[in-house]
Amino acid sequence: MTKELSNKVFSIKPSGIRKFFDLVSEMKDVISLGVGEPDFDTPWHIRDEGIFALEKGKTFYTSNSGLKELRQEIANYIKRTQGIDYNPDDEVIVTVGGSEAIDIGIRALVNDGDEVIIPQPSYVSYEPCAILANAKPVIINLKAENEFRLKPEELLNAITDRTKILILPFPNNPTGSIMDKADLEAIAKIIIEKDIYVMSDEIYSELSYKEKHVSIAALAGMKERTILINGFSKAYAMTGWRLGYACAPKEIIKQMTKIHQFAIMCAPTTSQYAAVEALKNGDDDVAMMRQEYNQRRRFLLNAFKEMNIPCFEPYGAFYVFPCIKEFGMTSEEFATRLLQEEKVAAVPGTAFGDSGEGHLRISYAYSLDNLKKAMERLKRFVERLREQA
Amino acid sequence: MRDELLSIIEKNSKIGLNELAVLLGADEAAVLSEIETLERDGVICGYHTLIDWEKTSIEKVTALIEVRVTPQRGQGFDNIAERIYNYPEVRAVYLISGGYDLLVILEEKSLREISNFVSDKLSTLDSVLSTATHFILKKYKDHGTILAKKREDEREIITP
Repeated sequence: MTKELSNKVFSIKPSGIRKFFDLVSEMKDVISLGVGEPDFDTPWHIRDEGIFALEKGKTFYTSNSGLKELRQEIANYIKRTQGIDYNPDDEVIVTVGGSEAIDIGIRALVNDGDEVIIPQPSYVSYEPCAILANAKPVIINLKAENEFRLKPEELLNAITDRTKILILPFPNNPTGSIMDKADLEAIAKIIIEKDIYVMSDEIYSELSYKEKHVSIAALAGMKERTILINGFSKAYAMTGWRLGYACAPKEIIKQMTKIHQFAIMCAPTTSQYAAVEALKNGDDDVAMMRQEYNQRRRFLLNAFKEMNIPCFEPYGAFYVFPCIKEFGMTSEEFATRLLQEEKVAAVPGTAFGDSGEGHLRISYAYSLDNLKKAMERLKRFVERLREQA
Repeated sequence: MRDELLSIIEKNSKIGLNELAVLLGADEAAVLSEIETLERDGVICGYHTLIDWEKTSIEKVTALIEVRVTPQRGQGFDNIAERIYNYPEVRAVYLISGGYDLLVILEEKSLREISNFVSDKLSTLDSVLSTATHFILKKYKDHGTILAKKREDEREIITP
């Protein structure tokens, strides 16, 4: 073939994580701190419901927007956790993971050249999704001194006449940072004044260790301009089931459903039945996992304190984001040497945006034993670096 | 703190005070005093080790014995339960609802020792009406811990 492929796709860089992954996969006996998914199995009663759905032959397509029963449970869940009313008939869509919701949400909102504001460090897919939708990504480099929260003045500086969407990724991957109600109120005021949309990616909402997570959609005047994205991967340890959802005003959901309908048809049926069980009877499982994550979080924070490595206290997700600037290396150099010399894999902060430079993402979706071994190795590594300096 | 403390040490009684305090986000003195209170009040009754005896050369036979008894006036089942649980080879005695009254868990070195216990000691007690003995063939899971081979972490090493 001589016909060329899509220039736009060519222009997208492969994920920074990919490069590191290739390096890691050549090595043996690596202790990994690099995953963005829970170490827990999906709770058995949820898996059992998926099995039961298969046994009963529930192997057909569901409606495009998802099982009615599941959309109802999602609406109930948002109502009881956030106090927001979404109509399950036309304000909820079930997607293939939160990732699909991000993609079709952006595509449903932007026209060519519209600007999508993306605070970074953050999950890797916002920027490419915006580019593929012919929008222009506008990056806000969040600051360590603000604990990687989005500040109102940072937002104001990024807004132009072409601004269409603000992506709000909190609790945040990779920093573990959260935005509390007061933080969100300051942002909401600007959003309303400047008349833009918010895509609030709340996939880690259940993993919030200080207070209950607050959605920006719950603030006055915000529901009408927010796409709330969530899913089952993190809260219920269901990453492989590929199931997420979006809640938004019906005009937006209607457009998103069109894209979803033609690209995907519907989310996996087995997963949808399992998810109904998760929302109905999964609260205790979530509480159990949250408690364990929280113990590991405290363990890591203490370990970094003892090693004298600065690390702000993150109150969300399952990541800590320590600062390794004192060693005079880039994140990538540090992560590479840590991998080669001590066989510990952590993701360089720069995989999530330039503003992640000087930091490492350490995941605590691992057993405490695993974390202990990793911290021993890291300590050895850090002490050696300090001796050499 | 109490519930979380108990749930941690129920799974790992070997954990050090320092680490326990870190995991709970509390200071060591407070954790220590809480543990002492729990021990004094009998909430914490002991610190045991879960052993998979099948992996050792030591022979152990475990039996579950269903026992039907006549409750005694003014004592209910307590008296007869005490007669049974005082035998050191008896690992556990539970009062059970349903078809029988007491469930006795017995651990011995051999089948013969278990049958001797049932015929000589248990059945001869005045208030015991009948017994039914079940032998444990294999333990898959005990005290919430799966004894089968540990699973590998099958996740990708790095994911976004």
